[in-house]
Order: sequence, then C-alpha cells, then structure tokens
Amino acid sequence: MFYSPVTTNANECASNPKLHLFRHVEDTSQHLLATYVKHDGYKAWRKVLGGMTPESVAEEVKKSGLRGRGGAGFPTGMKWGFIPKGTTKPRYLCCNADESEPGTCKDRVLMERDPHGVIEGMAIASYAIGCHLMFIYIRGEFGHCIERMEAAMREAYSAGHLGKNIYGSGFDLEMIVHTGGGAYICGEETALINSLEGEKGMARIRPPFPAIEGLYACPTIVNNVETLAAVTHIINNGADWYRTLGTEKSAGTKLFSLSGHVKRPGNFEVELGFPLKKMIYDPAYGGGILGDRKLKGVIPGGASTPFLTPDMVETAKLDYESLTVCGSMLGSGAIIVFHEGTCIVWTLLRLIHFFRHESCGKCTPCRDGTGWLEQIIHRIEHGHGRPEDLQALDDICGNILGRTVCPLGDAAVMPIQSALRLYRDEWQYHIDHKKCMVESHFDFK
Amino acid sequence: MMLTAESIQVIKEKAARYPRRKSAILPALTVAYRQLGYVDNDVYREISEIISVPLVEIAEAATFYTMFPKEQTGRYLIQVCNNISCALLGADSLIGYLEKKLGIKKGETTPDKKFTLISVECLGSCATAPMMQINHDFYESLTPAKVDKILDELRAKS
Repeated sequence: MFYSPVTTNANECASNPKLHLFRHVEDTSQHLLATYVKHDGYKAWRKVLGGMTPESVAEEVKKSGLRGRGGAGFPTGMKWGFIPKGTTKPRYLCCNADESEPGTCKDRVLMERDPHGVIEGMAIASYAIGCHLMFIYIRGEFGHCIERMEAAMREAYSAGHLGKNIYGSGFDLEMIVHTGGGAYICGEETALINSLEGEKGMARIRPPFPAIEGLYACPTIVNNVETLAAVTHIINNGADWYRTLGTEKSAGTKLFSLSGHVKRPGNFEVELGFPLKKMIYDPAYGGGILGDRKLKGVIPGGASTPFLTPDMVETAKLDYESLTVCGSMLGSGAIIVFHEGTCIVWTLLRLIHFFRHESCGKCTPCRDGTGWLEQIIHRIEHGHGRPEDLQALDDICGNILGRTVCPLGDAAVMPIQSALRLYRDEWQYHIDHKKCMVESHFDFK
Repeated sequence: MMLTAESIQVIKEKAARYPRRKSAILPALTVAYRQLGYVDNDVYREISEIISVPLVEIAEAATFYTMFPKEQTGRYLIQVCNNISCALLGADSLIGYLEKKLGIKKGETTPDKKFTLISVECLGSCATAPMMQINHDFYESLTPAKVDKILDELRAKS
C-alpha cells in the first residue's frame, strides 16, 4: 500500500520506453535500495564517477535541453554553467522539494515512491558542479517524504553510494535532508537559501545570483526534484536520446498534476508537447469533466499561471512555448480544471487569499497589494462590489507586476489579470447584481 | 527543561552536520514541536542554548513560519486544506461536516481538548482532494464514510 492513493500512469510508463520518471512508481518496493538497484539504480552515478569529467556531465545535461521543472523552465545545464570557474569556495547543491504551488503534487510522488532516483540525480548534479555537501529542502508538512528520503539516504550511505571516496573514485559527497517550516515562499530559490541558513524565508535581491553567492555566500545551485530525477536518465541514455523526446525547444517528458473538476485526477508523465485536451478528456488521463459538465476554464501550470478558456484548451499543447503563445505558462505542470458551475470571483478569492497569506512581507507592492486585492475581491464576492472596483483591481495588479524582489507578486497578479480579461462579464455581473452568476457549491461525497 | 534528553540529542546530531549552526534552527524547532505539540518562548530559549544561536534568531524564525504554534492545540490537530483544488471538490462542505461531527466551529477546540479544527493552505495533495492533515499524517481522497472512520478511531484512542 502506498501512503498517498494518488493515481499515476506508471503502467503506460512501463511499456513506453520514452517515459522514464514514473516507470516504477507503482512498484511498492521501489523506495528500497535493493529494488532500485535491480531497476538499474545508481548505474548512472557509477558511470559518472567511473570516468566522466564534471564538465562532460554538465555538457551532456546542457545538450539534452533539460529545463527546470519547478516552474521557471530555465535551462538546467546553463544554470550549472554559472558557477564561477576555479572558485576556491565550497559549492552547494540544494534540491528544491518545497512543493507548494497550489495544484502541484508531483515531486511528492517521486520522493515517496522513488527516493533513490532523487538522490542519484542530486549526486550527479553535485559532481558536475563540484559540490561535496548537498541538501534537499523538503516542505515540513511532507512528513512521509521526509521519512522516505532520510531512510533512502541512510541506505545510500551504508551501500557506499554516498560518503567518502565513493566507488573508490576519490570523490566525497555528504547529504543533508532539511525540513521547512510551512512557507510557500521558500520554493523561491533565494528564499529557500535564506531559510536553509536559519533566516526568515525572504527572497534576496539579485544579483548576486545564487550560482555566484548563494548558501553561506558560496556558489549554489537550486534545482527542482523532478529536474534532478531527469538528470539520471539523461546520463544513462544520453542527451541525444533525451532530445528525441518532447518538442524541439521543450525537450523531454514532464510530470503533470491534474486536479479539480476531472473524473480521474492524478499525476501523469507525458512527453512535452502533449495535447492539453487529451490530458483532460482521454480515459487514460483525466477521463473528462466531472459530471459531464461543460468546461469553464483551466489553469495549466499551477495557481500562479493565467487561465485558458475552453477554445484555447482545444488547441493548447503542454510545452513551454505553446502555453506562452496562449498567454499562459507551463509553470510547475499543475493543471487545475474548472467546470461551468464555478464562479470566477469565488475562485480568485481563494487564490488571492493564498498569495496574501504567503507573501513574506518584504516588498511593499506585494505585501500591501495582495491585501488590497483580497479586500476588493472579497467584497465583490460578498455582494458589496463597487462600480470602480474592476478598474481598481486592474490598477493594483499593474502596480505589483514586475515591482517586487521575487516572483510571488507576479504570481499573485497573473491569474487575476487573466481572469479579469477573459471573464470580465462575470465580474461585472457580480458587481451589478450583488451575487454570483453561478453559485459555486461543491459537495464532498 | 521541556525537551527530553532524546530530543536534545537529535537536535545536537542534526546541528553538528551543518556548516553553520544557525541552519539547525528549523530542524530543532521541528524536533521540539514533534515532541511538545507547541513551541513557546521557553522552548526557544532551550533551543538557543542547545545549538548556541542567539534567542532572538530562534524567535525570529519560529514566528515567521506557520508550523510552530506557540500554544498547545487539541491532542489531534485537524488541518483541512481549503485551497483551490480541494475547494473545487468540496473542502468547504468537508469543514462543515467536521464542524457538525465535532460540535465545534473552525478555529475551535473540543471541550475535552481532543480535537482542534483549522483550515490551511495547499498541502500538495491536489490530485487526491479533498484532504486533511491530522497531526503529522495526511488523509486523502476523503468521503464522509472515511472521515467517520478516522474520527471513530481517534476517539477510541485513550
């Protein structure tokens, strides 16, 4: 039995050689070293230490076209390349496992069901950047992931995959499982670094970028769990293989968390460029809209990404470029589906409440702006909207966007701006009639 | 002293692995909260002494993060995710159901101090909504029957 009952497409991954991240996640002993090794585990790590130079590892990842899977989509190999050459300071790798973008629940599956896959990817990345102490920062609420990662780490140490002089190569690597305290902002890399140093989780002004001055003022790379898990497969199969997956600019596969009003919510691994419509309606994935109701809209990449309307869903593809063309973002790959019985104002009230709650308070536009946005949306939702409120929302959004140290301010604003643009009639109706156009009442059954 | 010898030992072992002691603040707070169910000023002081970090820095971190309540809650802290994916699948009515079953409102504790009910932000169980966390465990894909069973089991524990 698994800790989390979440649905995956592991069966498809087992028979499709292109899919790799979820291949063994329905195997109930995959979290144990013996099973992981039986499934070719630590083969890539042995290959790396058996003769690859750090530069050739980094070059392979760069060539593969792998991009950050946490949300920003920055090319991973290029990020590693920002570590200053010849630095005498210690270098650190932090695996970002602070998964908390609403809608996102994919990294959790990797940590719970395939923790050695994460450790192996972290180890390879550490070697590539010359790091001898690597961290995984796991959100504190994920008690089960923390236990699984700690157990896997102990197994990896005792079998000699971590520690001193690994496989006789002379390379030393230590690992620390670090737990957070419940703050969404710590998923932002500079806030994560501050939090890891024991500070409040507040973002830092860049430059300097973490690759130059990060943890303990030393060169630091922060990569998402899924990104690092993919690195192992790139080393095993080669960059050229990885490039054959996905699209030209969005290489590889991606884990998507499908939630909300679908018949079959779950986590699914597909090649980038996969049709969004198929993800939502195909019986192998979402299986269609709950209650066969009409689709109202989709947030494709986590709570901070702009909405897609049903006509956009018809043609949208799940890759970085296609969703940008649609005016949205791939983000963390968290697809949230809304059916026709959802009030847009009610939805945005949930979202802005979250961002107001999670704003760290450092930058005035975000700290105060998210509060104002929540107040205004709250009064519209509760029938006290004023004629000037939509203009006020537009103005406040415009004054937050791009004016904060970290992207949390932008994250709060982007779904609101898109909802105001795409569903303006409904907002206006709310203000004019002092009630919802559709009542959002969802039973728990 | 509130922390047990075992907790102190765990904190020291964790702290020893970091290049800088201050990094052990969150791990130490986590160990303390797991033992005590709250972390107040006295506990901050103890942690400050164990890991040799100024008290103010412990307090500063502890009060920024949400996972270290200063006061004891009910024995079972029920945290219902009320963010968007859970809300779309009935988190509000789950909260209402729990309020009725427990005879308390959200934010309250039962008179026997057994259950505290609160709502929280996304817990990363979006594809298994609705869900709740009780103390350190997740309960996912909830139905009224599942909730009944969970509460009955917790009530039966002395």
